[in-house]
Amino acid sequence: MTTSTLRAAQRTPRRIAFSQKLGRWDIRFSPYLYISPFFLLFSVVGLFPLLYTGWVSLHAWDLIGGQGDFVGGDNFLWVLQQQKFWIALRNTFSIFLLSSVPQIVVALVIAAVLDTNLRGKTFWRMGVLLPYVVMPVAVSLIFSNLYGDKYGLVNTLLSHLGIPGIQWHSNPLASQFAIASMVNFRWTGYNALILLAGMQAIPRDYYEAATIDGAGALRRFFSITIPQLRPTLIFVIITATIGGLQIFDEPRLFDQYGTGGANSQWLTLTIYLYNLGWGQLNFGRAAAVAWLLFLVIVLIGLINLAITRRIASNEGRNS
Amino acid sequence: MKLSRRTTAVAAIAGAAAFALIATGCSAGGTPAADSSKPITLTLATFNNFGYDDALLAEYHKLHPNITVVQNKAATSDAAQTNLFTKLAAGSGLGDVEAVDGDWMPKVRKYANKFVDLASSDNKDRYSSWKTAGGVAGGKQIGLGTDIGPEAICYRSDLFAKAGLPTDPAAVSKLLTGGWDTYYSVGKTFADAKTGAAWFDSAGATFQGLANQYKNFYEKNDGTVIAATNPDVKTAFESVLKASSTESSHLTQWSADWTAGMANGAYATMLCPAWMLGVIQGDTPKLTDWKIANVFPNGGGNWGGSYLLVPTQGKHTAEAKALADWITAPAQQIKAFKVAGTFPSQVAAYTDPTLTGATNTFFNDAEIGKIYIDRANAVKVTPFKGAQYGSIMTAVQNGLTRVETGTQSIDDSWNQVVTDIKALG
Repeated sequence: MTTSTLRAAQRTPRRIAFSQKLGRWDIRFSPYLYISPFFLLFSVVGLFPLLYTGWVSLHAWDLIGGQGDFVGGDNFLWVLQQQKFWIALRNTFSIFLLSSVPQIVVALVIAAVLDTNLRGKTFWRMGVLLPYVVMPVAVSLIFSNLYGDKYGLVNTLLSHLGIPGIQWHSNPLASQFAIASMVNFRWTGYNALILLAGMQAIPRDYYEAATIDGAGALRRFFSITIPQLRPTLIFVIITATIGGLQIFDEPRLFDQYGTGGANSQWLTLTIYLYNLGWGQLNFGRAAAVAWLLFLVIVLIGLINLAITRRIASNEGRNS
Repeated sequence: MKLSRRTTAVAAIAGAAAFALIATGCSAGGTPAADSSKPITLTLATFNNFGYDDALLAEYHKLHPNITVVQNKAATSDAAQTNLFTKLAAGSGLGDVEAVDGDWMPKVRKYANKFVDLASSDNKDRYSSWKTAGGVAGGKQIGLGTDIGPEAICYRSDLFAKAGLPTDPAAVSKLLTGGWDTYYSVGKTFADAKTGAAWFDSAGATFQGLANQYKNFYEKNDGTVIAATNPDVKTAFESVLKASSTESSHLTQWSADWTAGMANGAYATMLCPAWMLGVIQGDTPKLTDWKIANVFPNGGGNWGGSYLLVPTQGKHTAEAKALADWITAPAQQIKAFKVAGTFPSQVAAYTDPTLTGATNTFFNDAEIGKIYIDRANAVKVTPFKGAQYGSIMTAVQNGLTRVETGTQSIDDSWNQVVTDIKALG
């Protein structure tokens, strides 16, 4: 009998143990199940193209003819030996800095202004977003009239002031500045709104306490707003970095040919990729450029992240 | 907390950076389907203005009540090119009939297996031999010619008068008869008169005129690239730039400045393929002084002109072939010419009174039919254009622009052209 009671005693806890196990699985694995749609989707539309592009970059590959011979690292070597690749890298960074830095600084200021007690809040907020709604093609059309070398609005105004016109389409820095201004026109308001949302999430008590302590508006901005805004700032800076390094529409529409200028003045990496893939129909080399660009973006993104964290937390400590 | 934020951010960077890589397509074949009499829609993809208006498409619907033709117009030849190659690579999405520019037709010829053979007894002797040859690839007639671009010279008679030159088309034709030297030397006279306008628009546009007058300019008949070593190319490059230093308005063709310059009287002459008439009229509708001289440096030249192709990926290739054949027939192309000035490539059209008697009021009643038939007959050389033609032309045009905008000297720029051409291999 002892054996049977033992068995019964064993059986009952085992039944409980199974349902407990189910419960434990539920707790342990369900979260992964719930977030899996994103990762499944990402693996189809993100990871697969990424790896497939890597596969393409190792082959001689014609846009239409398709896969050719396996060439190993030849495409990468060829690209790295091209002067144009390095010019494109330089231009990409130059346009990125000319656009992202002023863009975020100005967006921060606009957001701070919108965060104050303005009349007609919604009107101003929507107004800031307006340039973002305008199609990039339309923006390029407007700006190409501004930045004409001979008959452009900017140069006409300069000539009235007695200043010689700027060669927007032959001077590298001028052309990159012009392109950066198009990017800024489009994205500053968008970033300002995101920063504004971040600012409104900061508890007002902090400001009240600081005001009672005698902190001025500037002091409050630098010692409360910016440190509290850190997560939002990181997000904005990272998306601006990625967008800046992948810039395509604006340089492509900057002149009538869209190949980056006669002297590669505003040839960016994406334009170079496009010229190789769709101009020369050489997909293998284009894929190699895509991978190099990917690595550059990851690298810059990480550096960016490190710096942003440092700055923001330092300022937090100072306060 | 700290760690998780960092990992999320890293994942975000990696995830978003991956978009840079989503640029790769795949390839697949298409299957043609059999014809029937049930209602179908054919898409006809063109660019700029081919002159196929609603009336013409309605006419086809009347002849074939079960077929409705819808036209998709791309804004520019470049946009059409991008669209064609992207969708050819994707294996779907192209129109039933696709228009292809003569300048990038060589690139398309490489993929003859993606297009239907359009040869028929009906269109066998429709074109001059060089136009037919441009549409042949892989032993098939993959392209049927639409228009051609025989070149004349367009000029501003008011600016000519200001410079003390004759203004009457016949007199101007006589003045400019000769080689490129004649064209440049009259240009010098014009420049010396200091009217404030330049003689021609840009070195790039003028160079196009020269490039189209050599049989093997950039490539040998087997496709070998000779552009960097061919003395003709270097000579042409240098001579155009030498003239351009004093005679050009230095406005790159098709730029916003070039268009504005045309209206502002920045230059007095332009190389004028037949399709350019529509461009000039569209960009300077208020001017009344444009005239056409029935002359071209060094005889004649052809610039541009297009083909219609039927991709095999379409669902109704048999019907599409019939449409392409019908719309490129002389009768239809003459109608297109009346709409958009696209000069027919069909030989039979040149004896049709509608064409021979055609005039254009914007160009001071120029007898455009007669002029361009003469210019077409003056075309003696058929340039060979291989698969790399477009890329080489871009490299050379960039070189010309660099000098015209004062970025580089002629020698430096030429050296870079050579480097760029070598990088194409």
